[in-house]
Amino acid sequence: MDAVVLTGGRLLTLLVFMPSVAGALCALSRSSRAAAVWALLGSGVPLILGAAAVCGFDASAAGFQWVERVDWIPSLGISYHMGVDGVSWPLVLLTLLLTFLSLVYSIGRIQNATRLYYASFLWLETGLMGVFCALDMILFFVFWEWVLIPMYFIIGYWGGARRIYAALKFFLYTMLGSAFMLVALLVTAHLYHQATGAWSFDWADWVAIRDTIDPNLQLWLFSAFAFSFAIKVPAWPFHTWLPDAHTEAPTAGSVILAGVLLKMGAYGFLRFGLPLFPEGAVQAAPVMVGLGLAGILLGAAASYVQTDLKKLVAYSSVSHMGFVVLGIFSFTLEGAAGATIQMVNHGLSTGALFLMVGIIYERTHKRGVTDFGGLAKTMPLYATVSVILVLSSVGLPGLNGFVGEFLVIAGAMKARPLYAFVSALGVILAAVYLLSMVRKVFWGEANANLHGLSDLTWRETAVFLPLLLFIVVIGVYPAPFLEVSEGALKAILEGVAP
Amino acid sequence: MFRVWAIPLIPLLGFVYIGLLSRRLSRRAAAIVGCSTVALSFLVSLEGALQLLRGEEALTATFYTWASLGDTLVRLDYRLDALSGSMALIVSGVGFLIHLYSVGYMHGDRGFNRYFAFLNLFIFFMLTLVLSDNLLLTFVGWEGVGLCSYLLIGFWYEKSDPPPAAVKAFVVNRIGDFGFLTAMVLLLAQVGTLSISELLQSAPGAFEAWPVGALAVGLLLFLAATGKSAQVPLYVWLPDAMAGPTPVSALIHAATMVTAGVYLMARFRPILELQPQVLEVICAVGAVTALLAALIALAQRDIKRVLAYSTVSQLGYMFMGVAAGGGVAGMFHLTTHAFFKALLFLGAGSVIHAMGGEQDITKMGGLRSKTPITFWTCLVGALALAGLFPTAGFYSKDLILADVLHFGEWGRILFAMGVLTAGLTAFYTARWLMLIFFGEYRSPHHHPHESPAVMTVPLVLLAIFSFGAGWGEHAYAHFVGRVLEPPEGHVPGQVIAWASGAGIVGLLAGFLRYRSLVPGPGPAKGLARVSERKFWVDEIYDALIVRPYQFLSKVIASWVDGGLIDTALVNGSGALVRAAGRIVRPLQNGQIQVYTLAMMVGLVAALGWMLWS
Repeated sequence: MDAVVLTGGRLLTLLVFMPSVAGALCALSRSSRAAAVWALLGSGVPLILGAAAVCGFDASAAGFQWVERVDWIPSLGISYHMGVDGVSWPLVLLTLLLTFLSLVYSIGRIQNATRLYYASFLWLETGLMGVFCALDMILFFVFWEWVLIPMYFIIGYWGGARRIYAALKFFLYTMLGSAFMLVALLVTAHLYHQATGAWSFDWADWVAIRDTIDPNLQLWLFSAFAFSFAIKVPAWPFHTWLPDAHTEAPTAGSVILAGVLLKMGAYGFLRFGLPLFPEGAVQAAPVMVGLGLAGILLGAAASYVQTDLKKLVAYSSVSHMGFVVLGIFSFTLEGAAGATIQMVNHGLSTGALFLMVGIIYERTHKRGVTDFGGLAKTMPLYATVSVILVLSSVGLPGLNGFVGEFLVIAGAMKARPLYAFVSALGVILAAVYLLSMVRKVFWGEANANLHGLSDLTWRETAVFLPLLLFIVVIGVYPAPFLEVSEGALKAILEGVAP
Repeated sequence: MFRVWAIPLIPLLGFVYIGLLSRRLSRRAAAIVGCSTVALSFLVSLEGALQLLRGEEALTATFYTWASLGDTLVRLDYRLDALSGSMALIVSGVGFLIHLYSVGYMHGDRGFNRYFAFLNLFIFFMLTLVLSDNLLLTFVGWEGVGLCSYLLIGFWYEKSDPPPAAVKAFVVNRIGDFGFLTAMVLLLAQVGTLSISELLQSAPGAFEAWPVGALAVGLLLFLAATGKSAQVPLYVWLPDAMAGPTPVSALIHAATMVTAGVYLMARFRPILELQPQVLEVICAVGAVTALLAALIALAQRDIKRVLAYSTVSQLGYMFMGVAAGGGVAGMFHLTTHAFFKALLFLGAGSVIHAMGGEQDITKMGGLRSKTPITFWTCLVGALALAGLFPTAGFYSKDLILADVLHFGEWGRILFAMGVLTAGLTAFYTARWLMLIFFGEYRSPHHHPHESPAVMTVPLVLLAIFSFGAGWGEHAYAHFVGRVLEPPEGHVPGQVIAWASGAGIVGLLAGFLRYRSLVPGPGPAKGLARVSERKFWVDEIYDALIVRPYQFLSKVIASWVDGGLIDTALVNGSGALVRAAGRIVRPLQNGQIQVYTLAMMVGLVAALGWMLWS
């Protein structure tokens, strides 16, 4: 069955907007039970559709697939232009999977405004997938901002004690970046007009005129985009919204935040930063690599002293996403492929780690690293799953985390050996903070003050199973996952490769 | 058709089976699956080795292509040649005996099935490590055995000692893995392949114009080896690793995993040789480690810690042997050591079993008559460790010392350190034997009893190998000499005289000193205190590395992140906006008079300016 044919060539539109329609139905439904059904359908059907389309994706084809294009504001050359390539398609699938699992996990756990909670996740899903599919700059920008709104409410309404502060911080940080990006966007549209005499916001059109832009100006434009992306990644030192947002967000919110939202930034570099302004990217590369390395090391160090499990995982994200930045700006195929697969891997492993923290928090209302102890005995299945996730995060070969880190370090070595040596230190530090955590939480004597500890329920286990499956499969046999993005990455690196 | 990857894969199936069924599987079934898969691996390895003897140079098999990206191709190949085959035989052979022993030793432990699952997983990773023909696959095994070591050190996670020991083992090993990882990507970038056979062929050419690169690769690989094989400066995790179950100490932390670094050096000899300084560094570090660890072993009281430091020390010998000469000596000592050290650890386990968990050798004594099989087998192991003729240790140690004597400018000094270590080794071995098996029985514990047959049979078998393996010296050298350069001629008489002399003097001194003397319970005095406190190396590392890192992390987390970035810049900019708002807010206070006044002032000012200009 060909999913693309089945959808009449409108696969991406269906994938992107089905959740939003279901979200509206969720919000309007009479009971939270009905809303739950809409939530599962609204995220599950696109997931099935997306999975069915996997075989239809041609990894060897260059360029974009399943392209849809409809004029939107023809006088300005703005169109509804969607399409995926080997870089964005894995991220779309990741979004589909994580949103569905987050909703499965959430059902029955949210008491306030349940229907709107489900609806927010579905609306968020639309925005996220839109970001990955949009091939028109205005359309992209709309989706980029769209994401902010549901996420703002998820943190600000269903979050923890300091949720308002965290939500506002998240919002303002991102808006600040967006403002710069919008200006750069308009400037580039103007440059396009100068160069061709016509108006267009189409990605491919902009790529075509990139050589006419003065290198100095490219650096400025790249920097404006990069500022926005770096906040989203988040690259050090633009990351301080992240620990707060994660700490306050509800469990499923953290999963999507870490699993998908952060990828928007890294994806932005690959899709827009490098292809649109290659000269600017090359000039900025040393700084970007520096930020990546700083993120790897400082994130790991900061993670080591966190007392809150959520913050610990949040800082580990800063460290892991540092590898993504390093990989992209090594301008090597290995580095870029490593970065791409690291994005997916980080989404799987860190998303799952936030679920683990959420599970124990909901049972005990505690989240401190030293609040537990001996969980390996009281919750053996939970402990086993957690340790596998930790090992994936540590980058143990045979599990997924290693693939990305290895390729990034290999790419860094090709670019400049110093980068490889510094980034490899992060591999040591990851073991320090994560294994200390395992020791304190899962080993030692069981804490006698903890009540209500039951091991994973069948539904929780079911949420973890697909994640664990991918964690093992990608680690053992990464070849097909790398193959998907190779062609697209080669095209992206064309302008920047030495 | 012979498939090399079957050798590691069989125990992996055992792990999956026991792991998935876990508590639903009976202990009996777990034990049978655990032991039989390793035995099967041994038989397949044996068949492979026989094919080699029939004339095959190597048996190779591609498992699958792990990744193919641009010019980077990572194909998971297994390769059984004389070197990897002999390792596979040791790993699966000794591994099988230790599995068998564990059935008795772990009998009654709550985590029996988990234990066998981990042990099978370990055998899988270890066989992958030795049989791999791709550096990345080797790394999979390398990190995998580290993982199993971590899980098994922390096996009794509810006790106080194992968890920190496990974390320490993993983290210290990771420092070594840093070397492995960077060496690997350096080779990939420079030579363009990770296939070991291809690397060994092409690396000399690829590094011809860049000798510093060859030096870096050599030293980084050696850094990896110092982690896994517990050499200076990364040896500190191994003694603590004794917190795990004793058969684990025998298998992982004596016979197999810790020798992986030595094997790595032997395998990569052609690359290490590109820069002769690398071999000198390896030999010197080995000598220093051998001596230092022997000195520390002198005053330890824990029955397993003595053996642990002895392992560190013997590994030092292996590195000397693998760097000096052609490398066969080091590999041969690796083999004999696998027998006699596994034997000693299993013997120690039998003693601990008999003593109801007691591990302090000053509280034992007189077990010779109470546990006779354990005593006699341990005696053989101890004599082999001390290097006494005609045990296996005698042959392999002399082979190393003969190579070291003629190695480079510093050969004589390194040789002297080796001989001194031999004497010290004999001394602490005698002390260990005397305090455990001779004299009066000193424990309040009721009746020590001999272990069951499932434990004593492996002891006896290992004792036979520890005794007689040395006689296979020439056969081994001939076999492994297909891969490594075989040693030339015989061990000179002067080397035998020095080494054996030191051993006999050390043994006699130890026997005489500890015939009636038992160290008291208080801290030791004078130089013995230095040994007992392990030269304060742990404390030094704590002060120089652990605490500064903790401090630095706090600074980064609370000052840089929390203070500078978050408070000053982020919230600061927020506060700035708010402050600016507070300043201009009175301008829009809603009073019409103020607005009118402002309008008037503005109007006058504007008119004035226009008139003026």
